[in-house]
Amino acid sequence: MGTGVKRKDLLGTRDLSAEEIGLILDTATSMKEIASRDIKKVPTLRGKTIINLFYEPSTRTRTSFEIAGKWMSADVINISTSSSSVVKGETLKDTGLTLQAMHPDVVVIRHAAAGAPQILAGLLKASVINAGDGAHEHPTQALLDLFTIREKRGTLAGLKVAIVGDILHSRVARSNIFAMQKMGMQVRVCGPATMLPRYMDRLGVEVFHRIEPAIADVDIIMMLRIQLERQGGGLFPTLREYSKLFGLNLARGGRRALLPDPEPGGKRRGGPHGRAVPAGRRASGGQLTQSEVRRSRSEVWDLGHWTSDIGRSFHENPDRRRAGD
Amino acid sequence: MRILIEGGRVIDPANKVDAVLDLWIEDGRIAALGPQPPVRNAPPPDRVLDARGKVVCPGFVDLHVHLREPGREDKETIATGTRAAARGGFTSVCCMPNTNPVNDNQSVTEFILDRARKEGAVNVFPVGAITKGQQGEELAEIGELVRAGCLAISDDGKPVMNAEIMRRALEYAGMFSIPVIQHAEDLHMTGKGVMHEGLVSTDLGLGGIPAASEAVIVARDILLAELTGSHLHVAHVSTAEAIRLIREAKAKGLHVTCEVTPHHFAVTDEAVRSFSTNAKMSPPLRSSRHVEAIKAGLTDGTIDAIATDHAPHTVQEKEQEFDYAPNGIIGLETAFGLTMTVLVEGEVLTLNQAIARLTSEPARIFNLPKGTLSVGADADVTILDPTREWVVDVRKFASKSRNSPFHGWKLRGEVLATIVGGKVVWELEG
Repeated sequence: MGTGVKRKDLLGTRDLSAEEIGLILDTATSMKEIASRDIKKVPTLRGKTIINLFYEPSTRTRTSFEIAGKWMSADVINISTSSSSVVKGETLKDTGLTLQAMHPDVVVIRHAAAGAPQILAGLLKASVINAGDGAHEHPTQALLDLFTIREKRGTLAGLKVAIVGDILHSRVARSNIFAMQKMGMQVRVCGPATMLPRYMDRLGVEVFHRIEPAIADVDIIMMLRIQLERQGGGLFPTLREYSKLFGLNLARGGRRALLPDPEPGGKRRGGPHGRAVPAGRRASGGQLTQSEVRRSRSEVWDLGHWTSDIGRSFHENPDRRRAGD
Repeated sequence: MRILIEGGRVIDPANKVDAVLDLWIEDGRIAALGPQPPVRNAPPPDRVLDARGKVVCPGFVDLHVHLREPGREDKETIATGTRAAARGGFTSVCCMPNTNPVNDNQSVTEFILDRARKEGAVNVFPVGAITKGQQGEELAEIGELVRAGCLAISDDGKPVMNAEIMRRALEYAGMFSIPVIQHAEDLHMTGKGVMHEGLVSTDLGLGGIPAASEAVIVARDILLAELTGSHLHVAHVSTAEAIRLIREAKAKGLHVTCEVTPHHFAVTDEAVRSFSTNAKMSPPLRSSRHVEAIKAGLTDGTIDAIATDHAPHTVQEKEQEFDYAPNGIIGLETAFGLTMTVLVEGEVLTLNQAIARLTSEPARIFNLPKGTLSVGADADVTILDPTREWVVDVRKFASKSRNSPFHGWKLRGEVLATIVGGKVVWELEG
């Protein structure tokens, strides 16, 4: 984190300021170049200890934190709760106090319960980074999304974004909404009424239940995956119907939404109108495919966290679907 | 033993008394109210309590506590829970049946009453279960429970979800003229919810419990009370919609009563923002709209009684992730301070009305021979300083547990002494 960010912990985007977000994105810009080096190592975090404490299965987020720490020369320790004392009934507080005795500098926590990082932050002298807590926040993912959008579009302020899907269960949606609003973006949410929390409008977002008007004139479309593992069921009848009503396809939203901005302003802002949509959708129901996207001359940015194909995830082993969002 | 409580402002709502009077206690009963001893040439009192500038009222009656014994004596016992009651000015408590084993048969009731006689600091009135094991399937032995000493039935902590069972429970309880207490919550609607569904739950991503989860059961039960003619008592009412339904039911002349807890009128769901598990209870803390409706329900008399839902939990259980922590907070030792600070100072109730909601009203609706200073009544008396300021310190609580969200709160209104059956069971030092 940059020198201008004074807070001990990164628990959510809700309590970050626009200045802090800007500073983090600027820092990331200069760090990104490391990934393309032959020798991927900078001394930024030399002598620091990072513990990745993951109470939920995760491949991408955990690996990302581990690689980032290692590239920056930190000593990185990974704890997955299935092989730790948690299985013996150790509470989060016990674990926190045990870790504190080992003097870590940073603890990265992923947990199924909202607020778990807050508990840890109150116990530890170390900085706590929230890598996803329940349906609450996933601030680093939102920061990465903003980074990608800013990189592609050159700016954030004034952009319109539509977030489509299961907002109710999405920590990524929450963190993005808070962060995007701070950066001057206009946020719309779209999904079945059963998957949008009530009082959503009081967060200052526009609420849509039909995808066509929701994506009609936006700069960015974010498609959230259906979090079947977090639902009690009964929130929508079938994936087929969901796909018909809320899937992004060229016949409907696609053509219009994915075509380059006809106005010159679009070029001024840096090229064709890109939309973040899930890469490589191949589900039935007219889902977008890479080639269709290519034909439409639009961009698809794989933001990394919407990897589940709706059609596929429905049939998968539920345990495997738990990773990432 | 003769006690003279001298020169206090005696407030006895049951008898519409509000005057500076001496109160004489003899042989565990109220002997006289007035400037003279009960009989001419009576021997001098054994003890004189100076109540000048203070308020003397009937001991408080709590319709809703969890004493945890038998089964979870690590959280609370009848001994510690009743001491917490005494410290809070309560002289009678009704203990809920969700013990282990459940108080669904007379031997458990007898055990509780035996323990209370031997170790209890205040009067204990057990509430029996509605259904066996609180499973909501078969009626408990309600007749034997009543005969053993239960004054009401409830599956508290769990609602009776099956309308047919609830109908039969009301019908059956009607034979004994006891209230059926419902923990009104539609479990299907609550689902995985852990807090009030509203803006705060939307922000925090915590599972929401909609206000309608309470109100749909209250609406159903009012219809069943109408069908059966029996007494329905709604525990810890928390929503504007439920209060509206109860107001309408009362206007129709149905036998429906309800209670509210101090935390539901003193705190909103904003308290959950810190993820403090002392803001987790069932029903959940509601938004300010509901808190305003609760206050209006207290002012217009829709809400009959203030009850604590005193729910002790160990530190270890509460020091968990919000999703995993058990519901409930302790309330006996903060109830009067919160009532004075929020309701009386906040001009929701007068001092006399507030005392009535803690004494004569709960006693009346549950048919308890308590909550009054009538001559001849049991000498259950509480002495209060309604304006004295104090800071809540859970470390000083008599309760075994510490799960209160009010630690550190500055309250006005403190209990100075509590007398049960003519015996001083608690006195504030200094």
